[in-house]
Amino acid sequence: MSAFIPTISTLDPATAIYDHTVLAGDHWVYEIKKGQVLRIVDVEGNQAADTLFYNAHDPLDRYSACDTIQHQAALYLTTGTKLMSTRGNELLTITADTCGNHDTLGGACSRESNVMRYAFDTEPMHACRDSFIRGVQCWSHGLGKRDITCNINFFMNVPVTPDGQLRFTDGVSGPGFYVELRAAMDVIALMSNCPQLNNPCNAYNPTPVRVLIWD
Amino acid sequence: MTNPIYTTELSGAGMWSRIIGRHKTLRLTDLEGGANVGMLLYHASERHERYNMPDTLKGQHIFYLRAPYCVHSDMGRLFASITADTVGWHDTVCGASDAKRVLEKYGERTFQAARNEFHRNGRDCFLIELAKWGLGERDLVPNLNWFSKVVSDDAGKLSFVSGNSKAGDHIELRFDMDTLVVLNTCQHPLDPDPQHHPRRVKLEVFTSEPPAIDDPSFTVRPENARAHRNTEDFYLLAR
Repeated sequence: MSAFIPTISTLDPATAIYDHTVLAGDHWVYEIKKGQVLRIVDVEGNQAADTLFYNAHDPLDRYSACDTIQHQAALYLTTGTKLMSTRGNELLTITADTCGNHDTLGGACSRESNVMRYAFDTEPMHACRDSFIRGVQCWSHGLGKRDITCNINFFMNVPVTPDGQLRFTDGVSGPGFYVELRAAMDVIALMSNCPQLNNPCNAYNPTPVRVLIWD
Repeated sequence: MTNPIYTTELSGAGMWSRIIGRHKTLRLTDLEGGANVGMLLYHASERHERYNMPDTLKGQHIFYLRAPYCVHSDMGRLFASITADTVGWHDTVCGASDAKRVLEKYGERTFQAARNEFHRNGRDCFLIELAKWGLGERDLVPNLNWFSKVVSDDAGKLSFVSGNSKAGDHIELRFDMDTLVVLNTCQHPLDPDPQHHPRRVKLEVFTSEPPAIDDPSFTVRPENARAHRNTEDFYLLAR
């Protein structure tokens, strides 16, 4: 892999119109207006921020991992990636990235998938898809489980090998790493700050992420 | 396998949806070589439960599908096990074509001008068939692309591998749950062929024996054994 060159942002946190910390295991739902910039900061490092986006005016039009992959004919998300919707519309573009490699194949953990992946006794453990469900229910519009689709995992590294193996190696992000996205339309961001304790996606120690928005 | 209980043939860019009961087997045969079958799966009665690409991939540590791997739902259960496969690589991540990209790639061919040779696309075919079962855009998730091979380099750049499937190649899916199968034979979205050339596919359904606990699909990964037990528990409680 060629060496990653970080794309640095010139935006000053002091001028952000919104600055909020999402604790590990919490959900966060917020509207980002067309032209606004969202920064997600991996405060302590190696924390997966599971995120979905919806057209704020018609949530049937929502983030599509496959359309995003198809559009750029590449798996990983970084500066320049356009996040595409199920109707083929551009939702946001990644405009800055100090991490270099964000996943959209690994999806979100769930209590059901933890049982399948790890052990039957992991079933009580808090998981992203439960947070996503509560998040969309809080946003309302009558949304629910059907609306939870294949998400982005900011700061999570899930490399695919040329022979088709999927690895969970992680460890590319660090304290203060961030990704920035400019909204191409009014969008709703739905985030689950991942509580997974069974694999290295959070370095076995889930920590807060910070979200900032600029006009 | 014995004679099929059901046989049909889909034209290129054809679409089909049926409920297939558990322990029946669906065989898909590429009749011309170069076919693509886009597929989505839903629990026959609990349609909130659906095929889940991430769980299928991370549960099996694999980026594509082949025998004896399984197709997982988003509820920790199995829809189907791949019990036969003469191809060896089936794409899971590229999704379906849509009207805009089909127009850009192949040009315009309307029904008015071309009758049933007009250009269809994978997304519209999915939405048409989903609507017949009370489903729609909310249920449109990453689909399978049987017979198509897409590889990734170390940087994540994708390449479509032409010639992956030959005439006569086939796969078999033995269903572990009663499943709504929604599929179409539109071309793969990354197929570089400049010609609009979706291929014909034969569908056959067979009755088959319930799998043993040491079936290769359940022993290939411990995750699959737990997903199989979750699936059996569902029927233990529901029936």
